[in-house]
Amino acid sequence: MSAPDTREVILEARDLTREFDGVKALDRFSFKLHRGEVLGLLGANGAGKTTAMNCLLGLTLPTSGELNAFGMSLQEHRIEILRRANFSSAYTALPGNLLVWQNLLVFAKIYGVPDPKKKITELMDLLEITHLQKRVTGQLSAGESTRVNLVKAFLNDPELLMLDEPTASLDPDIADKVRKVVRKVQVERNIGILYTSHNMRDIEEVCDRVIFLHKGKIVCEGTPGELLARSSTNSLEDIFIKIARDGEIIDEPEKESQS
Amino acid sequence: MNFNTIGALVLRYLFLYTRTPMRLVELVFWPVVDLVVWGNVTVFIQANSDPKFGEFILFFLGAMILWDIMFRAQQGVAISFLEDVWTRNLLNVFVAPVRTIEYVSATFIVGLLRITVTAVVLSLISWFGYSFNIFQLEWWLIPFFLNLMLFGWSLGMISTALILRWGQAAESLAWAIPFFFQPVVAVFYPVDKMPVWSQPIAWCFPPTYIFEGMREVMKSGTMNWSYLGYAAALNIVFMALAGWLFLWILNLTRKRGLLTKFATQ
Repeated sequence: MSAPDTREVILEARDLTREFDGVKALDRFSFKLHRGEVLGLLGANGAGKTTAMNCLLGLTLPTSGELNAFGMSLQEHRIEILRRANFSSAYTALPGNLLVWQNLLVFAKIYGVPDPKKKITELMDLLEITHLQKRVTGQLSAGESTRVNLVKAFLNDPELLMLDEPTASLDPDIADKVRKVVRKVQVERNIGILYTSHNMRDIEEVCDRVIFLHKGKIVCEGTPGELLARSSTNSLEDIFIKIARDGEIIDEPEKESQS
Repeated sequence: MNFNTIGALVLRYLFLYTRTPMRLVELVFWPVVDLVVWGNVTVFIQANSDPKFGEFILFFLGAMILWDIMFRAQQGVAISFLEDVWTRNLLNVFVAPVRTIEYVSATFIVGLLRITVTAVVLSLISWFGYSFNIFQLEWWLIPFFLNLMLFGWSLGMISTALILRWGQAAESLAWAIPFFFQPVVAVFYPVDKMPVWSQPIAWCFPPTYIFEGMREVMKSGTMNWSYLGYAAALNIVFMALAGWLFLWILNLTRKRGLLTKFATQ
């Protein structure tokens, strides 16, 4: 078991429950995300990841439970929290009919970025997409679009970043570049990141700690290394499949020997 | 309320209009078609009636222009929201530090800009094409304009709320809602010529007072001030109701978890 994390908690869910027509999509879900930590949220389709992410973004209200970021209640201080956070998802897009720089300028102004043009250029350089500035957003490839979304997500130097499957539909080369940039920025700026992905390579490379969800409940939690050590499987992917199929916590040798 | 945020959202809509000139055409095309049709009907009636009535009949053009102010104000709010839905940008906006009042205010400003463009074009065409000067309404034009714009904004918020509640299936409401009101707000005919049972209903809506007032001004050069008072008071009530409905439905979609589905569909 790893030692307790003493870093500042920037995001915390306590007993978060969300019901849809009597079915619990999230069931007393609790976790803490620390400053400078990348926490992976994993689970099969329907496990509750998206519901959790939506609750954390204030898009869906929880049925019960508490959500705090930077020590403030999300319900009461939503705008203040969102100013210090950002979000990127493979499933949302910036308006396709605007040029890339126009979209980024609008969001830079929304987030109150002091020198928007400089910031946009700096981030586009970092993600190696400076040449896309004057392109129409809707005509970008999936890889280009993901990187533009990441520029948007980094615009306000967020302390908390939520990334929903950022490498979905990317080729291995671009996915690798995206992972490296996310990790680089995260380390340099000491950002806390909540990361969902179905790509276990992402999780192994990017996440410090992971939470596996099944039917809205946490079934196991730990660093990728710890989970592998505790499991009879050889990879995170096998753990994922086992949980998705059996809904059971991974085989823990300690428990097995006790029984 | 953060004015920089409102400015950023308005900038996004301005970028959109400059990037897609067809939207500008849409702002001008339909109103001009309407004006030409009504203008020609007016010219025809003028040619076949006594000169005094012929002069009075020009109110058709005034009514058409004022109606368009209300309609464009409503469209400014509803279409701006739909632009975010169509471009799958709604989620980005809702997870950004944008207060609901800032978002709605930006759509109001876009509504105002749309009205200005349309009103200028229609005024010029009606003046040069049909010798109708909308400025014959003199200073009355300002309260007429403001009251119709406010009612248009209320309808815009109601349309947006309904689209939020029922999703893109309810999209046609963005265009239809003002026309639910057109028959009862006495745009092209006086209230006392409407069926008796419908007259009390007509007086429940602010535009009725404005269109009645417009006819009075065109006929006598003055109007009953109480009309403006009633229109303004009713507008406050409608704005409050529309704002409440919008917030209530937005909160409901959050509670039911429909916002994300709607924003990513």
